[in-house]
Amino acid sequence: MSEVKAPAARRQKQAIGEGPLTRAALLGVALVFLGLMLIAPLLVVFVEAFSRGFGVYIDALAMPDTMSALQLTLLVAAIAVPANLVFGVAAAWAIAKFDFKGKSFLLTLIDLPFAVSPVVSGLVFVLLFGANSALGPVLDDMGIKILFAVPGIVIATIFITFPFIARELIPLMQQQGSSEEEAAVSLGAGGWRTFFLVTLPNVKWGLLYGVLLCNARAMGEFGAVSVVSGHIRGMTNTLPLHIEILYNDNKAAAAFAVASLLAMLALITLAVKTLLEARFAGSLAAQRRH
Amino acid sequence: MQVRAENISKNYASMAALDDVSLTVQSGELVALLGPSGSGKTTLLRTIAGLETPDSGVVYFNDRDAAESRIQDRGVGFVFQHYALFKHMRVMDNIAFGLRARRKNKPKEADIKNKVMELLDLVQLSGLEKRFPSQLSGGQRQRVALARALAIEPSVLLLDEPFGALDARVRKDLRRWLREIHERTGHTTLFVTHDQEEALELADRVVVMSKGKIEQSATPDEIYDTPATPFVFSFIGESSVIPVVVGNGRATLDERLIDLQVGNLPDGPAQLFLRPEDVAMVTDGGPGIPGLVVSTRRIGGNRRVTMECGLARHRIEFDAPAEVPIANSQRLQVRIIGGRVYGAGEEGYETEKLAASATSDFKWAKAEGWLDR
Amino acid sequence: MSASAPDGARASRWRRRSVLPGFGLSLGYTIAYLSLVVLIPLAGLGIRSATLGWNEFWAIAFDPRVTSALELSFGAAMVAAIINTIFGVLVAWVLVRYKFPGRRWLDAAVDLPFALPTAVAGIALATLYAPNGPFGIALESLFGVKVGFTSFGVTMALIFVGLPFVVRTVQPVLEEIDRETEEVSATLGAGRWRTVTRVILPGMLPAILTGFALSFARGVGEYGSVIFIASNLPYVSEIAPLLIVIKLEEHNYAGATAIATIMLVISFAMLFVINLLQAWSRKWFGHE
Repeated sequence: MSEVKAPAARRQKQAIGEGPLTRAALLGVALVFLGLMLIAPLLVVFVEAFSRGFGVYIDALAMPDTMSALQLTLLVAAIAVPANLVFGVAAAWAIAKFDFKGKSFLLTLIDLPFAVSPVVSGLVFVLLFGANSALGPVLDDMGIKILFAVPGIVIATIFITFPFIARELIPLMQQQGSSEEEAAVSLGAGGWRTFFLVTLPNVKWGLLYGVLLCNARAMGEFGAVSVVSGHIRGMTNTLPLHIEILYNDNKAAAAFAVASLLAMLALITLAVKTLLEARFAGSLAAQRRH
Repeated sequence: MQVRAENISKNYASMAALDDVSLTVQSGELVALLGPSGSGKTTLLRTIAGLETPDSGVVYFNDRDAAESRIQDRGVGFVFQHYALFKHMRVMDNIAFGLRARRKNKPKEADIKNKVMELLDLVQLSGLEKRFPSQLSGGQRQRVALARALAIEPSVLLLDEPFGALDARVRKDLRRWLREIHERTGHTTLFVTHDQEEALELADRVVVMSKGKIEQSATPDEIYDTPATPFVFSFIGESSVIPVVVGNGRATLDERLIDLQVGNLPDGPAQLFLRPEDVAMVTDGGPGIPGLVVSTRRIGGNRRVTMECGLARHRIEFDAPAEVPIANSQRLQVRIIGGRVYGAGEEGYETEKLAASATSDFKWAKAEGWLDR
Repeated sequence: MSASAPDGARASRWRRRSVLPGFGLSLGYTIAYLSLVVLIPLAGLGIRSATLGWNEFWAIAFDPRVTSALELSFGAAMVAAIINTIFGVLVAWVLVRYKFPGRRWLDAAVDLPFALPTAVAGIALATLYAPNGPFGIALESLFGVKVGFTSFGVTMALIFVGLPFVVRTVQPVLEEIDRETEEVSATLGAGRWRTVTRVILPGMLPAILTGFALSFARGVGEYGSVIFIASNLPYVSEIAPLLIVIKLEEHNYAGATAIATIMLVISFAMLFVINLLQAWSRKWFGHE
């Protein structure tokens, strides 16, 4: 066989590449850019959250409105994430393990929610369930409230987070091929057994990462939820909407206190992602966009 | 241009990739660097090209220290195993790249065009100049890569496993064709290969490497007929090894004398390396080493016999005429008519053992009650 | 899944045979769920938009306030995407090519805009760039630029949300670039600058364009992180998504629908172009 080259070792001393000055300059520019554009906003959240002291911070979190917003946010995520999880797994199975016509078109359709503005996503459901839509009066007669109520928020969140898990799983499962599943089937395993004993163990870390991203987005969604929620305090406010209300009420410290909760969620998501990537680099999809 | 590498050492982490290696390639010579994976041959080639910086040692191009010039100015034509063509450029732009990159004496665009066409003709790819690399076969891609390297009129042509990624037939064609090109252009050429047949057939001189050192540097005939070390003996061609004892300038196997020169080896245990043709079956009832046939298989016009001989049942292989019937478990006598004796401490080349086949990770197979559905 | 087993037998023109079960079930569920959650609601918007009639539609589309909001959304997204392309490629380069302490954490930080809720980013950026915020003061005293509550602020917010798209599309391609191509370029006499501009970047062009398009598409639709930093003054810093919200609050469903339709059409055109680009690059350069 051909000689095994050790690319990592080979790069120790570079005969080609940028000179040390160029490297330092490029690195410096990248660090300053990321520092100003990404890190500074993150720091501001925590600095502002504690700017009025720890007491104000705790008070803001303990407010009944905050608690009910937190509950609603958790409820919405608890419905939206499993719903999209089931979909993501089904879609990945169909797309990654089978060849059929129209596959790339189906992939494009799954990507659609990425291309739609959150506000437009919300608008879509206002038009569908609103008072002057075809469905609206019917639902009204049946006493079902969707818009400006919890079901609307849930549906809008499902729409927004729709592609996340599928998009993480599909490339991963495509890359792994189906030879192991075929071996399992040839050994007499049924479909579910094959899935749970062969496929799932191979994609579990990718799946976990997809769930985390989907969850972060579900808890943090603002535009779409804002349009369908009706902003009823203590009723249809999620954490991001609550942040907006507090901020517009000039309660900046309280707004940042609540924001720090979501920022923590984001940091945990990223930390878990980084750890997963360090440990299980092979079992996460290499290329992703969301 | 003569290329001289002097006392090159290069370490990766704790492993020595090159251990005080010196090599001279004369102007116009076609030299093969032959060795197994990890022998350091590619590192040596890359060091000569300037793609690697040695930890110590100097590379001279005609008595000039190559480290004085940037890699861009060294004028080495480098060809990679996987072609490394610029995917987004057409064949003609790939070949013209080096000419267009020149700062001094940059040729006129019309001259570049002519030169490209000339080279395409040389590598027999005329008419394909507008293609993208993805539209070419592997053999065609490698020829484009060679044309691209030749375009800069390199002082030395360096090829890293140039035919390694091609299938057997294309490889043979390209080998012959590279020899022809070398004879026509006369470039000093150094190429890396792990294929002994390729090295022996193509090169004026073969340099066999192992573990970061040069084992032997000689013509193909010398390499095959008088291997300098047990490694070279066992790496080139087929071989069997049996332990012998040296005493009084003679080698003995189970106290039976073997008629071989042992040179100035000290008395004590030694190893006898044999090629299949170094062993002959005794058919006239004369003296010989008795043995038991383990297996036979047909190779061309001969029968390759594997036999256990001596008290310790060492396996040796030799060829017998196909018309002589030989059965398994048959007892026969052989005479040693060639081979070389090396000191006991010297290592030969061990063929890679097949790893236990565990290609796919069937974790699920362990799951209990898996099959008793 | 035994119910779907027979479909292996009638596998036909439109799908290749496979011994694996569950095709019918999984594809059926996928299409049903996709239709219910995404396609039918979006079709609703299309139908509503179609009932508007051309005259009404154009009247809304060419309302000066609407055109200036669309111009701002698309213009700021374009500027932000260009800036993100330049810095995103640079960041990806640094992350892939250079080894330095904390590289892994910096790599993780690039995903921050994906993970941080837009409302949180919005109030954080608004605080930073406000006239009395640290960046606002610095920019005004150094360059005399007002960022907070202007269209410039909109652009800054869009840079924040769009950066990861460029980095994350360029990074894997850069990682897979064959070192040997660069080495060959050097042996052929090309200097570093020539190697980068003629050999490396052109090979990455499809990925760079894709990253640009994704960053742009995200910027056009962005709402949460922008509304806090922009003062939302009509004709000055009012973005199209915000105008949709305003129309909805006025119960002007026709207006909201028309603006949404325009945005959707342009976004889908972008998606289409991205797919074309990828198909084109696969065809010519044989890479993914």
